[in-house]
Amino acid sequence: MSQSEIEPRAFLTVHSQFTSIELVQAVVEDLLVQVSMGEECRHWIGLALREAMANAIKHGNGIGDKHVEVEVCCDDEEVVLRIRDQGGGFDPDSVDDPLAPENLLKTCGRGIFYMRRLMDEVDFRFAEGGTEVMLRKRIVPDEGTEEVASSS
Amino acid sequence: MKITQRKAKDVTILDLEGKITIGVGDVAVRDAVQTAAAASDPPNILINMEKVQTIDSAGVGELVSAYTTVTNRGGKLKLLNLPSKVTDILQITQLITVFEIHDDEMEALDSF
Repeated sequence: MSQSEIEPRAFLTVHSQFTSIELVQAVVEDLLVQVSMGEECRHWIGLALREAMANAIKHGNGIGDKHVEVEVCCDDEEVVLRIRDQGGGFDPDSVDDPLAPENLLKTCGRGIFYMRRLMDEVDFRFAEGGTEVMLRKRIVPDEGTEEVASSS
Repeated sequence: MKITQRKAKDVTILDLEGKITIGVGDVAVRDAVQTAAAASDPPNILINMEKVQTIDSAGVGELVSAYTTVTNRGGKLKLLNLPSKVTDILQITQLITVFEIHDDEMEALDSF
């Protein structure tokens, strides 16, 4: 089944505040348990979600009156998360490589890198009115242990 | 995020418990390290991460900031008892090569 055919399981609109991240992660965690996603995978999806939410709040909306929308779609094969902000957008390719020696000790700039390493697919869409980040991960049941830090 | 501070062999040990994530945990780590660094010269700090549940990029940034702050003041900052998922996160961004990491507290204290 292609990702566009996956039935949405949840749609959340939350305030653009860091405390909203905990609420959204709790809902997504519950849905991932329902589709038998393993604990290891749930942890990494939760972290990627946190990074996308943090970017939407910190760099997209700013903390304040705007909102972040989160759509959760999943079936027995994969989960797709879409996180939308109301910010002005950015060029993800302009973000510095955090592995470059001159960037290794920078205190920021690792969020998108982590998202891309932890998920099977990450895509950014920019439109008037906001940015949408799509995170996709295939379902890995409890028996599966995913290696997240082995490849370059 | 709960942080407990104790002292052993001229080393300040920070026992962290909870999430080092944006908005709360990262700020708590920053404040604790700054306080510990200001209290001794040079500052020697051991961060015990045994009870850290998760860390995000903001938390990683705070560890890097703490390392730089302490090193620039002539001190040393080392990590103790990293959970596997925290190790993975530091491995992904190659920061595992930056920090000195120990699994035994006495051994860590002796290394300062």
